[in-house]
Amino acid sequence: MTILEERPAAQAPARAPTAPPSPGKLVDHFEKGLDAPICLTWELTYACNLSCVHCLSSSGRRDPRELSTDECKALIDEFERMQIFYVNIGGGEPTVRPDFWELLDYAVDHHVGVKFSTNGFRITPERAEKLAATDYVDVQISLDGATAEVNDHVRGAGTYDAAMRAMGNLQAAGMKDFKMSVVCTRHNIGQLDEFKAIADHFGAQLRLTRLRPSGRGADVWKELHPLPEQQRELYDWLVAHGESVLTGDSFFHLSAYGDALPGLNLCGAGRVVCLVDPVGDVYACPFAIHEQFLAGNVRSVGGFDQVWKHSDLFLDLRSPQTGGACTMCSAYDSCRGGCMAAKFFTGLPLDGPDPECVKGNAGTPGAVPTSSGDHSHTGPVRNAPVPLTLLTVRPPASPSWAKPCAENPLAGLAPGS
Amino acid sequence: MPTSAPVATSMLAEPWRLDGSVALRPEPFGALAYHFGTRRLSFLKTPELVDVVRRLEHSPTVQDALVGAGVPEPHWPAYTHALAGLARGGMITRRDDA
Repeated sequence: MTILEERPAAQAPARAPTAPPSPGKLVDHFEKGLDAPICLTWELTYACNLSCVHCLSSSGRRDPRELSTDECKALIDEFERMQIFYVNIGGGEPTVRPDFWELLDYAVDHHVGVKFSTNGFRITPERAEKLAATDYVDVQISLDGATAEVNDHVRGAGTYDAAMRAMGNLQAAGMKDFKMSVVCTRHNIGQLDEFKAIADHFGAQLRLTRLRPSGRGADVWKELHPLPEQQRELYDWLVAHGESVLTGDSFFHLSAYGDALPGLNLCGAGRVVCLVDPVGDVYACPFAIHEQFLAGNVRSVGGFDQVWKHSDLFLDLRSPQTGGACTMCSAYDSCRGGCMAAKFFTGLPLDGPDPECVKGNAGTPGAVPTSSGDHSHTGPVRNAPVPLTLLTVRPPASPSWAKPCAENPLAGLAPGS
Repeated sequence: MPTSAPVATSMLAEPWRLDGSVALRPEPFGALAYHFGTRRLSFLKTPELVDVVRRLEHSPTVQDALVGAGVPEPHWPAYTHALAGLARGGMITRRDDA
C-alpha cells in the first residue's frame, strides 16, 4: 500500500526515547489505525482517454453516478475538517473531468494539497505554467517504459510521446520535483537506469510502483509481473538508489530478501490508507476495488468520517491480523505476508504468502475473483495498446527524449549501455 | 529557519515555536505534524511531546515549555533530542524575539 508518498524514506520519528510513557513503535500505532488516513487516493472519474492494459480501476467509461462538483467540494471540506493534509487524485484520467481544475483550486484553497496522476495528454504549456505557479499541487506523469516500444505496449499508441511532451512542458514552466511514475513490469525492469536518466533529464523525481493483479491488471498479471530473478534485480536496484527514488512503500514484500527497504514495510489498507472512488465508494486501498474491500460510501449518513472511523471492514483491518502460514517464516517480520490485494486477486488466501513471495512459498493461484466493476471502453480507442515486438528494433544511440535539448549533458548518451 | 540542528542543550534557553507552515493533527499516539511547504510528515510519538510543542509559541524558552508541561528535569535531554529532530525537519523554528 502506498504510505508516506511524499518522502523516499520514512523519517526518523521525533520521539523522546527515555520519556515515560514509552512511545512504542510507530508501526504498531499504524496497525491500529489513525483518526484520519495519511494517504488517501481519490479516483475522480472512471473516464479515461486511454485503455492501459494493467489499469487498477478498469477505467475507460464515465460512471453516470459520479460525484457532482458540489459533492466533490463537500468531500474536500470534510477532508479539511479531518486534517487530511493531501490527497492523491487519480482515475481514470482526472483531467477529463470538466471541473477538474476548479476542484484542484478548491482543494488547495481549503488546505488540502493535491498530487494528481495523469497520462500527460492535457498538460499543455499553458497548463504547466499554471501548475508551476500553484503551491501544494504536485503532478505525477505515468510512464511504463523507458522506450516507446515498451511503454506503448502497455499504455497505448502515442502515450510515450505524450508523457515526454508533458514533462518537457512542466520542466519549461519551472515545475520542480514533479513525479514520473513507473509500474514495474517484466518488460521494463531492465530499464531502471534509463528511467532514472529520463527523470533526471526533466528534473523529475522517479517513482517506482508494483504491478498489481487488480482491475485489468488481473488479465495481464501472468504476462507482465516480474520474474523471480527480476524481483531480485529490482530489490538490489532499490537498495542502491533508495534515498533518491520514491516507491510509496510498494515493494515491502521484497524486504524478505534481507535489509528492509526505506519506508514502513506495512500494509496500510484501512489503517493509514484508503481509496475513494468516483461514485464515493470507500475501499481499503487503491488496489482493492472489489466489494470484499468496500467499507461504505461518502454519500451515506456521517459521510467519509463515519466510514473511516467506524466501518466494520476498517475496524476489522485494524484488529490484530493472523499471519497464517507466514508466521512460520523467518522473513515474516520483514514482509508481513505481503500485499493483501495481490493475494486476493490471484485467488490466494489472505493470511498466506504473497503471490510474489521471494522465499518461493506462494501457493498455487486459485480461482480469480470476478471484478466488481468494469468501466473498460467497449469500442475502439484511439490510443490503444500496441502489440509488443520487443527487441526487434535496436534503441537509437541517442534517446528521443534527449533530442530537443542538444546542450543537455545527457545528449548522445545511451543509458545503460 | 535554521539550516542545521542546534546543539540540543542550547535549545533550552531559546525561544521556539511551531513553524507557521506546519499543522498538527491529534492522533491516539500523539500527533502528526505536516509541513505544507516541504510536504514533510513527522510523528510526535507521545502526547507529552505534543503538549511541549504546542506550548513553545507562548513560552519564553524551551525550558519554560518543558516546565509548563510538567516534564521532570531528568527527561529534558530526551525532549531536546526530539525537538532537535523536529527542527532539522523544519517543523519547529526558532523565534526571532529573543
